[in-house]
Amino acid sequence: MKRILIVGGGTGGTILANNLARRLRHEIDSARASVTLLSASARHMYQPGLLYVAFGKMAPSELYVDQKTLLDPTIHFHVDPVESFDLDHNEVKAKSGKTYGYDYLAICTGSRPVPASVPGLMENAHHVYTEDAAVKTAEALRTFEGGRIAIVTGVPHKCPMVPLELTFMMYDYFKDRELLDKVSFTYTYPIGRIHSLENVAKWAAPEFDRMGVRYETLFNAKEVDGVQKRVHSEEGSVVEFDLLIAVPPHKGMEVIEQNKLGTSGWIPTNRATLAMEGRENVFVLGDTTNLPISKAGSTAHYEAEVLGENLARLATQGGAMRTYEGKVFCFIEAGKDRATYASFDYKNPPQPRPPTRAIHWFKLAYNRLYWNSVRGLL
Amino acid sequence: MSEATIVDARGSFCPGPLMELIAAMKAARVGEELEVLSTDRGSAEDIPEWIKKVGHTLVSSSEEGGVYHLRVRKAK
Repeated sequence: MKRILIVGGGTGGTILANNLARRLRHEIDSARASVTLLSASARHMYQPGLLYVAFGKMAPSELYVDQKTLLDPTIHFHVDPVESFDLDHNEVKAKSGKTYGYDYLAICTGSRPVPASVPGLMENAHHVYTEDAAVKTAEALRTFEGGRIAIVTGVPHKCPMVPLELTFMMYDYFKDRELLDKVSFTYTYPIGRIHSLENVAKWAAPEFDRMGVRYETLFNAKEVDGVQKRVHSEEGSVVEFDLLIAVPPHKGMEVIEQNKLGTSGWIPTNRATLAMEGRENVFVLGDTTNLPISKAGSTAHYEAEVLGENLARLATQGGAMRTYEGKVFCFIEAGKDRATYASFDYKNPPQPRPPTRAIHWFKLAYNRLYWNSVRGLL
Repeated sequence: MSEATIVDARGSFCPGPLMELIAAMKAARVGEELEVLSTDRGSAEDIPEWIKKVGHTLVSSSEEGGVYHLRVRKAK
């Protein structure tokens, strides 16, 4: 019996579990393999939907589905978050006190926003990385009657398109409310252009110029002064605001740091095999890796497909055959009714096309198709 | 020369070498050295520019076989 244990029930863990259940159907039916998934939650959240909650386009209740309904019935699913990893003895201990052994382990515990790591940011900024924060952002936007809006982005962060999307969507939102003459936008970004992807930055900068969005690059927030309503940067500059919208810095989950598996909660991972550095039977996917690629659902999705194929082979025939090539795909909402996308990998940069209504509508459709995607049907 | 923490940002279009370095610098101790590996030619200019602006130290910079090596020290 080959036991595969997956720790984390987000996008990566769910896709991997279903992928393995499908590939190992005969082995599972004949008790030669098992797939177990441990999650911290009985509900699965569609995290990209939080952006739409902030603009009143989705209700929070639309973001959730019971995790069990997403899983192949042969998967052993437990809501039992892991508290300690004993990689030398191939077992983990969970909150319930139960110990789970494995032959192969996949860790995909994800990441979390840590606005508190920038003094004053949590108290003075709105963001869209939790349900509560997205609901509060919606209320802040709804009641804003004009003034200076500043957008600040922390490093690292999940979903690399969110800083741009928030800006484009706020612009259209206030345009619809006929408040553009009373609102100014200052967009800041940590590096020397307005997006990490050079071609995306080249596309977005003229859009910002057209919209009158001011931008300041090489800006990493050091602290927020809520009284003076100013953001001070590590680089010595200052941006003033009446409404502060943040993309907070992120960390991996605390359990990863507590178990000393990786600095800041990111586990050192082989970029091709997705094996944890120094371990042959432990794999990492999604936000949890320390790989220099986007922390995004699509990254976890593509990694899970590679890992599913490789783990199925390891559990049945021997060696892994596929490598992960750094594939990422991100939609980019360019306002309320237009969108484009960026598709890239380790070797090929994206070539974003002009936004269209068709891509926007496809993104809205994907917001619903996601559930079939994690089930392994897409 | 003391050992530097390697920030392997080869093949990184997003978030890219500088963003990887900024994240690693946040987790580093003052005085610690980090070496960024990058296949992006622009990093050889972007990273020194940011290092100078924030006040950290660029220890060395070189290119070998299409890979840029930028070693920096966290100064504050």
